[in-house]
Amino acid sequence: MSPRVLTGSETVGVRTSLRVNDTTHELSVDSRLTLLDALRDVLGLTGTKKGCDQGACGACTVIIDGQRVLSCLTLAAACEGQHVVTIEGLATGDVLHPMQAAFLHCDGFQCGYCTPGQILSAVCAVQEVHAGVPSHVTPDVRQTVNSTTLTDEEIRERMSGNLCRCAAYPNIVAAVRQVLSAAEAQSAKADANEVRS
Amino acid sequence: MNAFTFERLSRPTEAASAVAARPGAMFLAGGTTLVDLMKVDVLTPDTVVDVRHLGLSSIDVSDRAITVGAAVTNSQLAWHPAVRDRFPVLSQAILSGATTQIRNMATVAGNILQRTRCSYFRDVHASCNRRQPGSGCDALDGFNRGHAVLGVSDHCIATHPSDMCVAMAVLDAEVHTVRADGTTRSIPFGEFHKAPGDTPHVEVALAHGELITHVVIPHLAAARRSHYLKVRDRASYEFALASAAVVLDLDGDTIRDARLGLGGVATKPWRAVEAEQILMGHKATDDAFRDAAEIALAGAVARDHNHFKIELAKRTIVRAFATARDANL
Repeated sequence: MSPRVLTGSETVGVRTSLRVNDTTHELSVDSRLTLLDALRDVLGLTGTKKGCDQGACGACTVIIDGQRVLSCLTLAAACEGQHVVTIEGLATGDVLHPMQAAFLHCDGFQCGYCTPGQILSAVCAVQEVHAGVPSHVTPDVRQTVNSTTLTDEEIRERMSGNLCRCAAYPNIVAAVRQVLSAAEAQSAKADANEVRS
Repeated sequence: MNAFTFERLSRPTEAASAVAARPGAMFLAGGTTLVDLMKVDVLTPDTVVDVRHLGLSSIDVSDRAITVGAAVTNSQLAWHPAVRDRFPVLSQAILSGATTQIRNMATVAGNILQRTRCSYFRDVHASCNRRQPGSGCDALDGFNRGHAVLGVSDHCIATHPSDMCVAMAVLDAEVHTVRADGTTRSIPFGEFHKAPGDTPHVEVALAHGELITHVVIPHLAAARRSHYLKVRDRASYEFALASAAVVLDLDGDTIRDARLGLGGVATKPWRAVEAEQILMGHKATDDAFRDAAEIALAGAVARDHNHFKIELAKRTIVRAFATARDANL
């Protein structure tokens, strides 16, 4: 797809190349524009939500270069050359990402406003667990954590950057657990196949 | 938010020059402090210089030190295997602060330079000597439950918010900088942050346009037995009411050396040197730790709502040392 040219309202204009969900957008934006407002108001990707707009609630969570971050505290102009994944980029066609499916299956939301941020954050939380990195509640930071022994306390801590005013937390923890367990089962199956072959 | 010019440069001296040339220019790293404070008009730079692409993003491990690039993120540092192994107190301190999203954005230099969370500092309609010199301090007789009891003055009682810095202080980290003319220098961590005194607006030892390039954490064998304990109002995602970073060097049950840093109770990352000294040569008992805690808080000055922090900090110190003592290594 060829890059689209879009123009935001300008005072001090900055040209930036923003890659979102595998599409590159050549933008000229106000230097003050946050990534959150660029996604919603310039690119029309309204799945990313504005909650507090001051880095406290996590509703605006997106994934940049594989890491979950807050789009409300990120300047759009500073994203040049980086790859942003939003909730719109998570599914493959009509096939939901396993975390989206798990949130549906576990009823991990009520009003749904925080849900895009919750899901993107949870996707990264699972990747971090698989990478073995510790959290604040890991008993010994020298340990490599693994998904089979991960406590609910660990999941809650790792998801503490995403607030849910409906308090769907138990079901959000269940959804994260479901994806961790599925990945564990898949990896066990792969190991078994390896032994057989 | 005020309008500003945005610049991205590729060399440290270029970035230092760009900021040094304009009194209203500021460095932008992760944005978790700067963008936040720009939104509430507490910081109003006319030029913002992005310093995340200056080649300062590596962690180098040697036998003598771990050298951390200024633009390394808090997550990268906390999760690094060598940091977790050699300096658990540093990894724990970082992981106890903020959230994964924020730690993924925030850089090491940005954490060192983060601003206070004092609500009067963050409110442009309040009086704050730190934000606007000579305007007064609404915290002195205001709601000061979260404010500092150590290193305070009649002009400012704002708490330094960092967890990471408390660990850096006990590890004797050195902050390395470069200036526009290419000259470099190294600042010992204990001299980097300034207690408010009569000049609360002077927070750090940097000149305008001086750029942090890296932080060197010298090897400390004893730091394998170290711990960071943070006490706060919530289990997660909250600033400290009191915290303690400790390193304990034991010979059997006798203390060869001890280090103690305090967070949540002081106007700068706090090192309690006198408390450390009285522990040397003593048995590592809770009573000895309590004696050290009494000395660490001897100079504490409380206001209307934060008196509880003095006892809380003492108990935090005792438990942090006891946890380090009892760790199975």
